[in-house]
Amino acid sequence: MAELDTFPKLLVDRAERYAERPANREKEFGIWQSWTWSEVAREVELLACGLKAMGFQRGDKLGIIGDNRPRLYWSMAAAQSLGGVPVPTYQDAVAEEMQYVLEHAGVRFVVVENQEQVDKVLEVTDRCPQLEQIIYDEVRGMREYDRKRLSSYETVQERGRQLLARTPQLWREEIAQGSGSDDAIILYTSGTTGRPKGVVLTHDNVLITAVNSIEFEGLHKDEETLAYLPMAWVGDHIFSYAQAYVAGFCVSCPESASTVMTDLREIGPTYFFAPPAIFENLLTNVMIRIEDAAKLKQKLFRYFMDVAKRVGIRILDGEKVSFSDRLLYAIGDLCVYGPLKNTLGLSRVRLAYTAGEAIGPEIFDFYRSLGINVKQLLGQTEASVFITIQRDGAVRPDTVGPPAPGVEVRIEEDGEVMYRSPGVFKEYYKNPEATAETKTPDGWVHTGDAGFFDDEGHLRVIDRAKDVGKLNNGAMFAPKYIENKLKFFPYIKEAVAFGNGRDHTTVFINIDLEAVGNWAERNGIPYASYQELAARPEVSDMVLESIETVNRDLAADRHLAASQIKRFLILHKELDADDGELTRTRKVRRRIIADRYGVLIEALYSTRDVCHVDTEVTFEDGRKGKISADLKLRDTQTFQPAALAN
Amino acid sequence: MAKRRFGEVLLKVDNVSLSFGGVKALEDVSFDTREHEIRAIIGPNGAGKSSMLNVINGFYHPQQGTITFKGKTRKQMRTHDAAAQGIARTFQNIALFKGMTTLDNIMTGRNLKMKKNFLWQALYLGPACREELEHRDFVERVIDFLEIQAIRKTPVGRLPYGLQKRVELGRALAAEPDLLLLDEPMAGMNAEEKEDMCRFIIDVNDEFGTTIVLIEHDMGVVMDLSDRVAVLDYGKLLADGSPDEVRRDKAVVDAYLGTVHD
Repeated sequence: MAELDTFPKLLVDRAERYAERPANREKEFGIWQSWTWSEVAREVELLACGLKAMGFQRGDKLGIIGDNRPRLYWSMAAAQSLGGVPVPTYQDAVAEEMQYVLEHAGVRFVVVENQEQVDKVLEVTDRCPQLEQIIYDEVRGMREYDRKRLSSYETVQERGRQLLARTPQLWREEIAQGSGSDDAIILYTSGTTGRPKGVVLTHDNVLITAVNSIEFEGLHKDEETLAYLPMAWVGDHIFSYAQAYVAGFCVSCPESASTVMTDLREIGPTYFFAPPAIFENLLTNVMIRIEDAAKLKQKLFRYFMDVAKRVGIRILDGEKVSFSDRLLYAIGDLCVYGPLKNTLGLSRVRLAYTAGEAIGPEIFDFYRSLGINVKQLLGQTEASVFITIQRDGAVRPDTVGPPAPGVEVRIEEDGEVMYRSPGVFKEYYKNPEATAETKTPDGWVHTGDAGFFDDEGHLRVIDRAKDVGKLNNGAMFAPKYIENKLKFFPYIKEAVAFGNGRDHTTVFINIDLEAVGNWAERNGIPYASYQELAARPEVSDMVLESIETVNRDLAADRHLAASQIKRFLILHKELDADDGELTRTRKVRRRIIADRYGVLIEALYSTRDVCHVDTEVTFEDGRKGKISADLKLRDTQTFQPAALAN
Repeated sequence: MAKRRFGEVLLKVDNVSLSFGGVKALEDVSFDTREHEIRAIIGPNGAGKSSMLNVINGFYHPQQGTITFKGKTRKQMRTHDAAAQGIARTFQNIALFKGMTTLDNIMTGRNLKMKKNFLWQALYLGPACREELEHRDFVERVIDFLEIQAIRKTPVGRLPYGLQKRVELGRALAAEPDLLLLDEPMAGMNAEEKEDMCRFIIDVNDEFGTTIVLIEHDMGVVMDLSDRVAVLDYGKLLADGSPDEVRRDKAVVDAYLGTVHD
């Protein structure tokens, strides 16, 4: 094959060049199973031919639903080799959300992980007339199903084997017909507003971006990664599929969603991605365990963490550090950092990314001070991820770095960040209006984020452009900025700030059940549920304290002093993606929350100190229930900007 | 869903009476269970449900009556006979080894299948090692089946109640039973855990064709899950039939259900 301009062509090449090197691993029955690149190519070939035998045509869409499984990744390559387009869907989506994607994309064939997903798809088949065949990976529980629209993964491969026996060159011929400008994948963005949009990326988009980023970071075929984030998310597609094909490294899939932490330790990735929430969780867990540890261990930990805080980041950034500090850091590495990194499964990490939300500076510095090279980037589905990346040695906790290789970035007059790059998406599927709104004719894309470049040329993002509002006195109101400041406290999991078009700022708080639960346990405070714990006055006091700390911080910033928080309440339930309150990537959906909890918002802007609320909740199986509560509203102290100045 | 098909009668209990001193736990109870069936025993507290299970697997020896299992009629079962012939059970009050891991607990379910004596096992050489690996492989399949990979190496004492119940089911499954006795598999569980447990019970029945006799208080679960229901009250068999029949039975409604369950 002349040019490696599509992923299937790359796969054929990798199967020859890296034939005996591992391409995928998956833990099954307690043992890591591996597949070499040549085995993967064979698997993909059989599946592709099986799909062909079943009538899959060029341009057809292949739905993919499930946790990260090698077979699902192979399905992507199989669809692409036939000139089809994989459409991965969030595996925890409820049937309705799934139906929208399957119908909108016009999916004819869908590959799913197990019975749970089969059930969801069957539930919506009536409303997806184009859907013909459901192919399932795990056979368990599938015995009693009506066979007409269902085939197991093995049967499809078997059909492929038969077809191949007659036309041995079929797969390669199909692949040769593909070109870089073909659509490679459609990724539906979960979208904080409205219906999800299908972002169409071509092979060129994804491939060139992967090549550029690999070069920039010096990734190579010996990297180890663990694919544990949703396959429908662009990050996973780039990190666990595109970059793996280009660089030829091995991608491992966890045994199950709940074993990720153990699997991480066993695999020891060298290249790792995690959204800030996961880094936060890990840190919270560490802190909880340290608080339960013996006094001596606590002392040791505190002492060496102070050393790390002082010199760790500078050592990582290659700055000059005195010999005695280096020695101290080396001892710390032996006694504390090393074992800690090992527990977290991050001992071998050379490169880690975090993106999607702002990460708390303390959390960020914590990992960097341990010697883990965590970097931030600004990414979007529409950009095939990369817009900006921090460079080694120039990593700041509060910026997202300079433009990524091959990307141009500019700031609009209203502060919105725009970019142009080879990774820029082709279009929103079947949605030319939205495409025209987002992408200018000369290829610049609106990010919807407001930000600016600092003196070092690093981009700083403050908030979503459309979320930045004004208080009644004209002062700027950036809700996410305030929420992030609150979320950096370990006891606060989620916060939603209100204030646009109001006199002052108020917030909803979700406490972190794990952290607060542990605290309650240690202090002998009984509770049976989230709701009960959230209603404890002690918890409320703790939150109050955090809010006042934030207010003090805000008072110090002249732009934001006016948006200090005046009143707050602790919600009676955790905000949940199943109830539509968060996106699947756990971003707050303001409009929906404002609708659902309108009563509470009004109460916050009244003088009442208790408010009754009834909330409908959706359980994991889709059933609905109701919870009601009387919530306490509390005032907080605000600070004079001037008083702090002296 | 396809119509369920059952095989021969696997277990038959005839006129069983059991008393402890003056207390009559069971009085002249007869019922049967066919292959592949899910059979529920319900009844108020103290009705003799657990005693019935204990009679079936030989923990209690009835004064009267016979137990026929796989065509062989006995006056009484003996516990090791029961286990050797393919009866496994879980307990109302979890009876796991708290200090051992999930994996080790489930391994104990394979004990009867192990051929090598303890000396071989202690040496862990050649055949003993191979045997251990075979059994470990089977246990891993059970772990995969019950989706408890994440707690494989966790001591069960540290697990929440719902998961302990699942591990106990795992240990019973490890014995590859033909008849599985479940004593209140869902007691003390929340709605989600119950739903998981229901799915596992259905899957066990479906995938391996295991016959199941279960005691349960959650009527919703019983009515949805079981093919036939036996109702006990003060040690007597009050009714026996399909969930629908039992639900409409006047005596049952009076004694137990209170209202017609919908």
